Parts: sequence; structure tokens; C-alpha cells
Amino acid sequence: MRSEFTRLRAAVALMLALALSLGVVACGSSNDDSTSSNEEGGSAGAIVSNSENGKVSLTIGSKNFPEQEILGEIYAQALKAAGYKVKSDLNLGSETVAHQAVKSGAISGYPEYASTALTSFFGVEPEEVPAGATPAYEKAKGEFEKEGLTAFPPTPFASANAVGTTTKFAEKEGLKTISDLEGKSEKMTLYGSPECRQRIDCLAGLEKYYGLKFKSFHPVDIGLRYTVLEKGQADLSILFTTDPQLAAEKDKFVILEDDKEVFPAGNVIFVSKKSTVEKAGPDYEKTIVEVQKGLTLEVMQELDARVELEKQTPKEAAAAYLKSAGYVG
Amino acid sequence: MITPLLTPPLASIQGAIEFIFTPQTSNVTGGKTVGGIDQVVELLLNQLELTIFALALSMVIAMPIGLYLGHRGTGELFATVIGNAGRAIPELALIAFMAALIGVGVANLTIALAVLGIPPLLTNSFVGIHQVDRSAVDAARGMGMTELEILRKVEIPLAIPTLFAGIRSATIAIVATATIAPIAGVLTLGDFIINQNVYGDNGVLAGAILVALLALTLEFSLAALQRRLTSKGLKLNPA
Amino acid sequence: MASVTTLAAVGEVGKGFIHERTSETLPCQATNKLFCWDWASEHINRYETPTLQHLELVAISVLIGFLVAFALALLAHRHHWLQPPLLIGTGVLYTIPSVAFFFLLLPLTGRGTDTAIIALSAYTLQIIFRNTMIGFANVPRAVVDAARGMGQTDRQILWRVELPLAMPEIFAGLQVATVSTVAIATLAAFAGGGGLGEPILKGGISFKTNLIIAGGIAFLIAVSLGLILFAVQRYLTPWRRVRQAG
Repeated sequence: MRSEFTRLRAAVALMLALALSLGVVACGSSNDDSTSSNEEGGSAGAIVSNSENGKVSLTIGSKNFPEQEILGEIYAQALKAAGYKVKSDLNLGSETVAHQAVKSGAISGYPEYASTALTSFFGVEPEEVPAGATPAYEKAKGEFEKEGLTAFPPTPFASANAVGTTTKFAEKEGLKTISDLEGKSEKMTLYGSPECRQRIDCLAGLEKYYGLKFKSFHPVDIGLRYTVLEKGQADLSILFTTDPQLAAEKDKFVILEDDKEVFPAGNVIFVSKKSTVEKAGPDYEKTIVEVQKGLTLEVMQELDARVELEKQTPKEAAAAYLKSAGYVG
Repeated sequence: MITPLLTPPLASIQGAIEFIFTPQTSNVTGGKTVGGIDQVVELLLNQLELTIFALALSMVIAMPIGLYLGHRGTGELFATVIGNAGRAIPELALIAFMAALIGVGVANLTIALAVLGIPPLLTNSFVGIHQVDRSAVDAARGMGMTELEILRKVEIPLAIPTLFAGIRSATIAIVATATIAPIAGVLTLGDFIINQNVYGDNGVLAGAILVALLALTLEFSLAALQRRLTSKGLKLNPA
Repeated sequence: MASVTTLAAVGEVGKGFIHERTSETLPCQATNKLFCWDWASEHINRYETPTLQHLELVAISVLIGFLVAFALALLAHRHHWLQPPLLIGTGVLYTIPSVAFFFLLLPLTGRGTDTAIIALSAYTLQIIFRNTMIGFANVPRAVVDAARGMGQTDRQILWRVELPLAMPEIFAGLQVATVSTVAIATLAAFAGGGGLGEPILKGGISFKTNLIIAGGIAFLIAVSLGLILFAVQRYLTPWRRVRQAG
């Protein structure tokens, strides 16, 4: 029995050692995504670091798809270059989650589309959404103020939801506009994000304003919106107008024209709590407004392509943008 | 990309129960309601359907092989390795990979989930038959039974506890993974849990409670069924 | 007063920033290819942090689960009436799917690794508890009686006779628990607990190379740990060949 007992002790000691060493290795090497040190020290770019900003801690959030994460990273890295202590909490969820987060103070701010804010938060009907970037911004800002939030001026580019399909399918069914789906949509399946079912600039709007009924609607993760088209399972899929696949794979995918304008295009406006803006000083708004000036439609699509097609991380794409546009050295 | 809850929810058990029984207005304006007993039943049936299909498929594939190998007494290493390897399969990666490979939807997901059910069924079928008392088998052979008769009348009845343990194992693994099926387009009760933005915090808690109850109900039902099917002699030594 | 940052009139990206892309010129990772070797070898270090997080989750959860289950087993060994309720209790914790468990805990412990660890530990309890009990049950009464006859106390019998003889079963339970925990820990990403589920959910859920790498690493870790534990078990009990039923 002695030898078994010694073996037992040896085994237990070995297991403990294994577990402890795994834990030590993990603890020792784990680094979290939220960095607050300025690694890009000594920037010769246009954004100058202001030591006063170092007293302010900010958390930048974003919604849960690549374009949003890129925007979040751009703002976060720019603010860091301006001397703030910045953490990022990207990929929060859909617009309601992000809205909740900024209202509760969990994040300092996040980029929202003016059209989404108006239709999803403030119940504005799509036809009432102003067509121009500035009027839409003003209207949204006015609504946000009632909640103690504020919004910064818009980006040059705008994005919208779109009903998309494969080129083959569009040719076969003779689809150029969404209205072309009338009478045909009953035998077609539509795939979209889970919250699409409730959104007036998504399925709810298609049913209400186009009077369309689909054979079935299947909610899938946003990351699968092109996969379901490619696999032939989705007849129609909800896409974004800024999607890189639309430009790079023109021969495969096409979007239907929104002739009744149910999917208003939205420029991105950065939403923050008023109190946060005051505490952070004038560089907060200035940096954000300046750094987004380079985001034309082509540039945003290029950044989307780098992340969605070439599988770069949003961080890398944002850093490349900031460097190329001269914001950060 | 999916990211559930942001801050500790203000959900309450009461709120969750309300969510289960009456439709609530959704967080997102758009005029649609969420929750309510109809939707709960619909998603519940979806999950049961997916589970049953996947279980049936894995039983049809795994059990004949396991029973045959166990009866012959060969392939022990094979059965053990498959069993251990099956436990090591990461469910999330499996579902996502199958969805990307063959597509979303019930049919494709059934195949993915069946992959999870095969290992425990194969191993337990093998071990159950293999561990049957050799003397009983020899006696049956001496009485002139065919191999198939031996399997049917002697080995399987004696192996019921182990076989059932395998079925229960497979069912629990499949039900648990069916919970995350919504990322691949099949709406199960997990939809409430994964999509907080649509269903709210109460919906998430309601979903968690419902999924837990579903799994426990299945497990206890199968356990009760196992007790009924186990012959009295075996019941003296519960597995 | 804070001085206002001055920014030059920049904002134009450099020439060549915007690339032309066509279906033919897309790199491997933009296509539906099963596995992109080049991309994988270039970006493999994206998986370093998730892997370490994953190992940490598994190590801590299995350790806690083992300690708790083992303690409960010792208790139940002494007081036999505890066995049925503990078996049922740990069985319930095992049956509840982990994703549901994470979100049942959420009101109490919030998002993050703590919730994940509690849920993962709870999952391991039944296996380890049950196997320890089986291990004890397999100890021949004759040996225990002999030891008692030699004048050993209950505690001495436990530590010097029963436990060593129960080792194979206990280790079998530990092995199953560890392998299962590695697989299930991929779900911790749903609760913000990190691990190899993060690259799957956030790094491209339709990107097969990503799924193969993340899933493959998890699978390899599970299998390796299983083999290591199996080897340790063999070392401890060379006289017995242990068969495992699920």
C-alpha cells in the first residue's frame, strides 16, 4: 500500500502543479484589449497630444458589425493620440444595446447612423427622415438632447440597409427595384439580423410600406449575410450599401433599388452624454469631427473591404487610415 | 457579431415569467411584440424538433456499429477513441463551421448536431454489449439462438442501463448545443438568450430558465423511461 | 485652461490607399476556400490571447470543480445518506446547458470570467463526484477489513487504502471532466468570458480558416490534456486496465 500512497501523492502534486502553471502562464501573459498607454508616442501627425486630456478617461463603444468596429477604433485611436486615456468596448450589440450603454454611462460615446437613430429610437417614419445629411443630423440631435445626450456633426459617407440578392436570381426573377418583388415575394425567403424583424428600416418597413409578405424570414448573424446568399439558401438578404462585397464581387451580388425610400441612408454621428462632453474638454468634439473628415464613401468601403474581405482587424484598418490621412504619425 | 448583455440586467424572475406568458413590446420601435406563450411554444417545438431529428440520425448511425462491434468483441480501441474525441469537440466551432460549409437551416444543423450525438452512443453501445456476462451469452448460444437473437434477447436487455446512459448523454449534448442554433438560422429557445437587443433582459432570463427546464425535463423523462425498461434483475445494481 | 489642439487641414488619404478589387483578385481569405495557409501562418498570433484565456478558464474551473466534488465525495463516503441528494444535485448542474447557466447567473455575478468559471466548475461536479463514489465502491471489502484488522483508524484506511485503490476511477472522472470543460469553454464567449469562442464570434463567423484554427486549437488542447491525464492514470495503476463508458 505504501507505494500506491506515494504514487497518489505524486499524482496529486503533479495535477496541482499542472493546474497552477497553466493558471500562472495564463495570468502572466493575458493582456486585455483596452489599452490606455499611448503606444503611438511621438506622433508627427496632425493630432497633437494635449497633456490636459490625460486626466480624462473615455470608453468608446460601437455596434456589432465591422464598419462600426472600424469607426470605433478610428475614434478611439484618434482620441488616444490627442492625449486622452481611452478604453474601447466595441461590438456591444445592436443599436438598442449601444443606446442603453451611452445613456447609462457605461460608455462615453459611440457612432450611430442618423437614420437609425430617428427610426429606431425616436419612432420617426422613414418618409419623415430628412434626405440631407445636415437636416437629418439636426433632427436627431434635437431628439437626443431630450435624453441628455448630444451628437456631433456627420461623416461624409452615408450607409443604408438594402435588400440584396445574387445577380443570377435578380436576372431570373426580373428584379431591379424592391417594388418588383410585389406578387413574387410570397415564394421567397428573406434572411436578416435578429433585430431586423422589429425595425421599420428593415423587415417591418418592407411589410408596412411595400406591403410585401415573404415566404419566411430567417434571422441569422450579420456575419452570415453573404454566406446565406452564396449557399443558395436565402433568396434575399439584408445587406448594407457600404458592403465591400458589392463592389468587389459585382458579378455575384446586387442590391435592389429602394424606390419607395423606406431605407433612408444615414451619415454617422457620434453620440455622447452631454456631461461627458463637458468633462472631456473641447478636444473631444474637435478630434472626432476632424478625424472623420476623411471618411468618404470610397474610403469607408476600402476600410470595410480590408476588414471583411482581407480579414484584417478593425484596429489595423483604423490605424492605416489614420496614418495615410495624416492624422497620426 | 453577437454580443449579449452589456451591464448586469435589471431582470427579475417576475419579469421573466411575464415575458413567458404575455407578449411584450420590444425595445426597438417598429410595432412588433416579443415574447408571450405562443412564441415560447413555437421556439420550444423548434428546439425539440431539432433535437429529435439529430438524436435519431445519430442513433441510426452510431448504435448499429456500436452494438455490432460490442457483440463481436472487436474495435474496443476505436469505440473508446471516438468516445473521447467526441467529448473534445467544441460545439460553437462545430455549428459555425457546418453553417459555413453546408449552410444554415434545420437540415444542415441536424447533421452538425448528430456529430455530437454519435460519440457517446457509439461508445456506450459498444461497452454495454461488451460487458454483458459472457456466461449468459454462451448459454444462449448453447440453446441454439442465432447471433441476432442473442443480441436482441440477451445482450441488449442486459445492456439497457449503459445504452440508456449513452442516449441520455447524447440528448443532453444535443439539446445544449441546439440552444445556440439561432446563430445559424434555426430559431430555438436560445434565441431569447442570445438576442438581448430584441427580447430585453427579461427575455434573456426567461430564455435561460426555459432552456434549463427543457433539459432537466428531458433528462428526467429519459431516466424514468430507463427505469421502466430495465428488467427487475438489473435494478438491484443501478448504474 | 486646456489649450485647443490644432489640426492641419488633413483628411485626404494617400494615393494608392484605395485598392481595386475584383472577384478574380481577391485574396484567399475573401473567398470560400476551406483553409488559407498563408493567412493562417501570418495571423496565428491573433489566437495567442484567446488560447491563454481558454487554458486559464479550464485550469481554474477544473481545479475548483475537483476540489468541491472531491470534498463532497469524502463527505458522502462518511455519511451514506448524502449520496442520493448529492448525485441528483450535481446531476441537475450537469444537465443545465452552459449557455443557460451563464445567463441564470448573470443577475448575480454579471458578465465576465467569474460567471464562466462558476458555470464551468458546476458542470464538472457530477462526473467527478460520481466517479469518486464508484471508485470507493470498487474497493474490495476484504482489503478494508484487513486494514481495520491491522488496527488502522478510519482516516488511515481512507488515505492509505481506499483512495489509492479508487484512483483509477477518480482519474477517469477527472479526465472526462477536463476534456469536456475544454470543449464547453468555447461558449464562455457568450458571457464575455473570453477563450477561444471569442475569435469565432468576433473574428468572422463565416470565415472557415478562422473557425478551423480556433476550433482546432480547442480540440487539440482537449485531446492533449485527455492523453496526459490518461498517461498519469496509467502510471498510477499499472495493474489495472480501465475501460470507460460515457
